[in-house]
Order: sequence, then C-alpha cells, then structure tokens
Amino acid sequence: MTMLSLEGATVRFGARAVLDGVGLDVAEHEIVCVLGPSGSGKSTLLRVVAGLQPLDAGRVLLDGRDLAGVPAHKREVGLMFQDHQLFPQRDVGGNVGFGLRMHHVSKEQQGLRVRELLELVGLPGAAGRAVAALSGGEQQRVALARALAPRPRLLMLDEPLGQLDRSLRERLVVELRELFGRLGTTVLAVTHDQGEAFALADRVIVMRDGLIAQSGTPLEVWQRPADEFVARFLGFDNVVEGTVSGQVADTAWGKVPVPEGSSQGVRVLLVRPAGVRLVSVEEGLRCVVAARTFRGTHVAVRLQPEGAPSVEAACALREAPELGEVVGVVFEVGETVVLG
Amino acid sequence: MDIARTEVAARGTAPAAGRAKGAVLRGALLALPVFFFALFFAYPVAAIVARGLHVDGVWRFGQVGDVLADSGIRHVLWFTCWQALASTALTLLIALPGAYVFARFDFRGKQILRAVVTVPFVLPTVVVGTAFLALLGRGGLLDELWGVRLDTTVWAILLAHVFFNYAVVVRTVGGLWAQLDPRQEEAARVLGASRFAAWRQVTLPALAPAVAAAALMVFLFTFTSFGVVQILGGPTFATLEVEIYRQTSEIFDLGTAAVLTIVQFVAVGAVLAVHARTVRRRESVLRLVAPEITSRRPRGRGQWALLGGVLVSIAVLLVLPLGVLVQRSFDTAGGAGLGYYRALTSDDSGIFLVAPIAAIGNSLQYALAATGIAVVVGSLAAVALTRRDAGRIVRGFDALLMLPLGVSAVTVGFGFLIALDEPPLDLRSSWILVPLAQALVGVPFVVRTMLPVLRAVDGRLREAAAVLGASPWRVWREVDLPIVRRALLVAAGFAFAVSLGEFGATVFIARPDSPTLPVAVARLLGRPGDLNYGQAMALSTILMVVCAVALLVLERLRTDRTGEF
Repeated sequence: MTMLSLEGATVRFGARAVLDGVGLDVAEHEIVCVLGPSGSGKSTLLRVVAGLQPLDAGRVLLDGRDLAGVPAHKREVGLMFQDHQLFPQRDVGGNVGFGLRMHHVSKEQQGLRVRELLELVGLPGAAGRAVAALSGGEQQRVALARALAPRPRLLMLDEPLGQLDRSLRERLVVELRELFGRLGTTVLAVTHDQGEAFALADRVIVMRDGLIAQSGTPLEVWQRPADEFVARFLGFDNVVEGTVSGQVADTAWGKVPVPEGSSQGVRVLLVRPAGVRLVSVEEGLRCVVAARTFRGTHVAVRLQPEGAPSVEAACALREAPELGEVVGVVFEVGETVVLG
Repeated sequence: MDIARTEVAARGTAPAAGRAKGAVLRGALLALPVFFFALFFAYPVAAIVARGLHVDGVWRFGQVGDVLADSGIRHVLWFTCWQALASTALTLLIALPGAYVFARFDFRGKQILRAVVTVPFVLPTVVVGTAFLALLGRGGLLDELWGVRLDTTVWAILLAHVFFNYAVVVRTVGGLWAQLDPRQEEAARVLGASRFAAWRQVTLPALAPAVAAAALMVFLFTFTSFGVVQILGGPTFATLEVEIYRQTSEIFDLGTAAVLTIVQFVAVGAVLAVHARTVRRRESVLRLVAPEITSRRPRGRGQWALLGGVLVSIAVLLVLPLGVLVQRSFDTAGGAGLGYYRALTSDDSGIFLVAPIAAIGNSLQYALAATGIAVVVGSLAAVALTRRDAGRIVRGFDALLMLPLGVSAVTVGFGFLIALDEPPLDLRSSWILVPLAQALVGVPFVVRTMLPVLRAVDGRLREAAAVLGASPWRVWREVDLPIVRRALLVAAGFAFAVSLGEFGATVFIARPDSPTLPVAVARLLGRPGDLNYGQAMALSTILMVVCAVALLVLERLRTDRTGEF
C-alpha cells in the first residue's frame, strides 16, 4: 500500500527549479533513500513533505490524502534534522517527550514512552541529562528518539548519520535498519553517502538538479546505473563512450566486450574496476601505472593508456603493479555495462 | 551547502497562499500595537500640533518658515544635533568596554554592579541634572576640592548624558555579547586572525545590530534631552525639547512649539528611517549560547587593567554623582541627619495635597501597570516583526515604534490633556492615563531588547517543533519564549525603570493628589529654600533605592532562570 506519494512536485527558488516535477511513491513499511550530491534538491524534498516548504506545483499525498493546506504540525510525519536541532533549553527527556506533549499525551504515558524510546536508541536513563553535554552520536540518538516518540506515520531523516565518525556511522546504519524493520516504520531518508543509502534502503532514488535520475533497489542501481551521472556519482570513473555493435564496443580503450542484448549504436560504457584485468603488455591495452591507492581490502590502481581517458583497476595487494610500471589491460564482459 | 539553501528557502519564496496566511497572522499580532499607538500617541500629538498651527479656522503653515528662519532657533537646532552626536560617541567610547567586561568577565559583585550602573538611567532627568550641578557646579564637590567648575561648559551636559545612558549600552550590547559563542572568535583566531582582527571580523559584525540599536537609543535620548540640559545648560545651551517647553509653558507660543515639535518629529523620523535600512541588512542568525559559559575570570595584566579601568570609570562617572546626591539628602542645616526624610511624611508644606512620601506608592502602582502594558504591546509587535518575510510596511512599523522616544514628552503629555478629554475617551480623571503615557516610552525598549534575540533564534528549531506537532502558538511558547525569557525580563525591567523615572509627560497629567516620585522631586526643586532642596534630594534618594531594589530582584530572577539555557 502506498503511504506517501508525490505527484509533479515542483519548488522554484527564483527562476531555478529546486524540485522539478518530482514523482515518487513510498510504500508502507518501505525504507526509501534519496541519494544525491548537495544542491540536488533532496533536502527540499523532505521539507516539502513535512510542510515546511510550500509547493509551487504538484501534490503531496499521505495515505491517499492531499496534504495541501495542512500545516506542518498537523501532518503527523517525523523529521530528523541534519544537525539534530535539539531544543537547547530542555533536557534529553524534555526533547524526546516534546512531540508527546504537543499531542496531549498524559504525563504518565509520556514518562513511559520516553523511557522506552531511550532504551530503544541505546541511551537508557539519559532523560535527565542536558543536551549540551551529549556527544554527537548521543545527540543523533536523542534526535531519533524524539522523532519516533509521537509514532509518526512516516519518518524522514535528513543526512541521518552525516556528522558522525565512520565506525559509528557503519554501526548505526545497521542498527537503524534493524530498528525500522522491527518497528515497521515507513522511512524516507536523504543522504549524499551511497554506502549509507545502500546499507539502509529497500529502494534508492538518485536525484540530480531537482530531477529523479534513477530509482531502484540498491542492487539494481549498483549493477545498472541509469546514466553517466549516476555511475560517476556512485564512484565509478571507468566511463567511456563507444560504438556498440553486437557484443563488442569500439572505444578509446580499444575493443571492449559487452554483455549479450546490450543496446546498440553510440553509447556510454561503464567497466567496474573489478572487471579491469592486468595482463602482460603484449596481450592488452598498453598502460602506465599513474597512481596507487591502498584501500584496505584491495589496491586501487590508476592506469593511463596513451591518448585515452585513464582506467581504474582493483588489484589484490600482492598483485598490484608498482608506480611507473607498464602493463597491459583487458576488460571482462561480466563487469561491463552499456548505460541507457 | 544544503543549509544555506534551506535558509534561502525559508526566507524567500512562499507562494501566494502562504504569504497571505502569514500576512493575516501578522496583522492580528500587530492590531493591538497599532491601535495603542494610533490612539495614545498619534492622536494626542496630532491634536496638539493642530492646536498650534490651526488658528481661527486657518492652517498657518507659513509659520514653519518663519520659525526656521529665526537665528536663535537655528542655533538651538545646531546645538541639539551636535551635542547628541557627541554624547552618543562619548557614551559608546566609555560604555563599550563596560559592556565587554560585564559580558565576558566574572568578578565579585558583578550582579550588584550591573544594577548600580542601571540606576542612573531610571533617575528623573531633573535629578540627574541636579546631581551633576552638585558635583560640577558652583559650590559643588569639584569646586570645593580644586576650584574646578564645569557647569558653564558643554562638558557637564555630555558627562551627564554618559551617566544617564551608560546602562543602555551595557544592557543592550552586553546582553547579546554575553550570549555570543566564543568559539566563533576562536575559529577566526585559528584561521590566522589576531585577537583584534578576530573581534573586528567576527564579533563586531554580530554585535553591530545591538550596537546600532544602543547608539540609536542614546542618540534619541540625548537629541530630546530635557531635564539635564534645562538645569546644566543655563542660558547658553538649549535643545529642541527645552525650547518646546519654554515656548509652551513660559512664552505660551503654541504655534512655535508646534513647529518645533514637527521639526523634532521629522528629524527623529529621518534618523529612524536610516537606522531601519542599515540594521535590517546586517541582522543575521547568530549562534547563541548560555552566558555562563562565555564569562570567566580575567586573565593576564591587560584584562585586569581593563576591568580596573571600567570599574574606575563607573566609580567616577556613575557612583560619585549618586554619592553626592545621597550625601546632600543627609546634609541638613544641623549636621548629618534624617531631617529631610522626616519632613517628607508631613503634608503641611502646602506643595502637595498629600505627604510627599505617598508618591512612592503612586509611582510603583503606575510603573507596574505601565510595564504590563508595555510588555504586552511590545512583545506582540516584536513577534510580528520577527517574521523573516516581514514586508516593507511592517518594517516601517518597526521604526515607527521608536518614535515615542524621539517625540517631545512635553508634547505627548500636553496632547493627552487636550485630546483625551472627551467621551468616549475621557481619561483625564482616570488613573490609567499616567501608565498609558509611561508605557509609550516603555514599548520601544521592549521591542528593541527582544527583536535582536528573537531574530537570532534558529528558524529550524521552530521547524523541528512544528514537525513534532506544535502549532504556531505552541512553537512560540516552547521554542522562542524560553530563549527570549531573559530578554523579556530585561525588557520588563527597562520598561519598569523608564516608567518610574518618566517626567516630561507625567508632569502634565499626574493629578495633584497623586504625584509620582519624579513629579514630587521637581516640585520640591522648584521651591526655594534648603528644606525643599533637601527633601528633593531625600526623595530622589528614595527613588534611587526603589529602583536599585527592583533591579536587584530582577537580576536575581535572571540568575535563577539562566540555568535552563
């Protein structure tokens, strides 16, 4: 069942459309992550749904009801702000219980729910603490508890883990997914971090300049980026133009094999770094090793062919060539995608 | 990036429906302040101007030219302007270090000292003038000690103006300064800015609206200065306000008085318009923090020297005149004693219908009522003006609210008598007339004190509350109010103080059987003889003590509450 849908949602700041006729559905219990670079309109999308930003055109429907004219405080959606926006003059309990007070929940019930939520987010007994005394991660948890407390029909997260350090982020994203699954929460999150989006979401929506560039499961988006923008945004830089004919594409890197059934003609090709195999110079495209970056599990090697864009390869630590070495490159069909 | 963008979103582009709704809300909020100002300010002032210029059924606008061509009047205009500018500059020069010290340093007796520097501001101007006369004039303290007299020079006026307005700068600027996040300056230091450059580049711009607001208030007060100049200026120096008073009550030339009222009105209006343009542009969202975490004990020789310098300047400029005042109240013919105070309790002097001491009760009652009115009217206006999408008309109203500070109090008081004497608005015999006039002067303080803080509240905190289900009214109560409560208390304190000390208008409208303290003081000063002079000093001392106590209570209230934010 569709919980939230946007139809032709448009927001203009002056002449520029920050949201340009965006259509979007979120099903009940679904976790949807909007992914995009800053300035792509993703925060505005959340503000539109929350009722903080009026639409210039289009509709927002929640549970099938048009939200036009419904002010923010009557929409019963939760929003976790990018920088938390905890109320500085209230303690942790006061922050978490705020929405409950607004909904005239009895004092007793408030107390119970606040305790329950603080336990849920892993901060039991923190109700009396001052928000200024919390660490970044703790503030994040309090902000989450505060957003969840009034049992919103839809929970929205704006860069939910944005300011946290990496290890905490990786742990929290797993916890969040597990938590939302358990609670059956419908979630619409925005982030610029693909790792976060893929780990959290049932479905990922990539935005660019106020438009939706691609929508699909994390696997679909990862495997088949819709276009060069999405591919590059996901961190794939082995993108090259070529003429596809049958199962071979003619590119600046020479002949590249493509999967069966690929679109024909002039296309943009993506080869994932894992599909770039190093061979002897005679057997493949002649390249000079221009850079080596240690990535923990593998080494990212940037290879510079003569008169063509550079190619990135992922090599096992022991097999990685040295800087300045000359190697040959061949491309594997399994890791090659013809975009569009 | 996204933050900056949402800022733009919040500010700029609500579509027609949202705008219309906002306008309705704003209109509702502004209704009471507009009504209040139209009825109790615009109407009386217009009435008295009309009486001066509308003679025998004919408008005599030609009089404006005649009056302005008079070289004596021109001299008054010139003096009014330059002494106001000089007073403002001098006050900022002396009081800004004070504002810094009160905002950023912890030292013993800070609370009491904060109240002490506020006391001069609430003293009736007549008393301020008299205190400085006793200090600088013939037979004054300096005359006795070193044979120095300043009462014939403009310095006496300037110093009295600094005395009077020191608190305006310390409270307005220091209040905000104490809540500025010091980490902002630290960030600038780390980026390579020297201590001064960091202050100049980071703190000063953040303080600019508050400094401008304080400077504006000081300018308006000194531009319209009455009691101080009346006493210290002698025949040489007169401001517009003094001239209006002279024309009204000594020469009975209402026409000239009306023209001068208009001139003053226009001048003040022009200043306010310039101010509104410049300040609006500079106000921005500030990061406010609890004052406790920004202040600490002074470190190093430089900071102790600064603290010492400020304390000495306060002692010489503020405490000494007050001390002389108190000393005179005990300095009876038969040596030090309570003779003047005892005389206050008897009602056989013939000056009043009641014992002078009764003025204390009257004053407190009036001032409380005036504070209530000023806080309600001023808060409504401030909240309406806070909205980022406030249009040109609303911004104009912002400046309009300041006009009562610039319009001759004499004119307002006289206008009340002329305009509010007919049904359905026959308030002449009602006690509420005095608080209404006093609240007029209090409202600008409430608005000026609350606006910078309200505008500095992060809009996204309000959004966070709204998304959690808080209606606009709840948002204000839950988010804005706790943050501005401090400002509200300060504003109430200011309103109370100026109401208590208001003289120019009250002197016209207070009934003879219920005088206020300043009115009683002025009447006593107007009578010859040591006993009356001594009683005036004694009553002034009582007024000073009442104000000091009220302010101390307020300070205590503030510290109790500050733990919350």
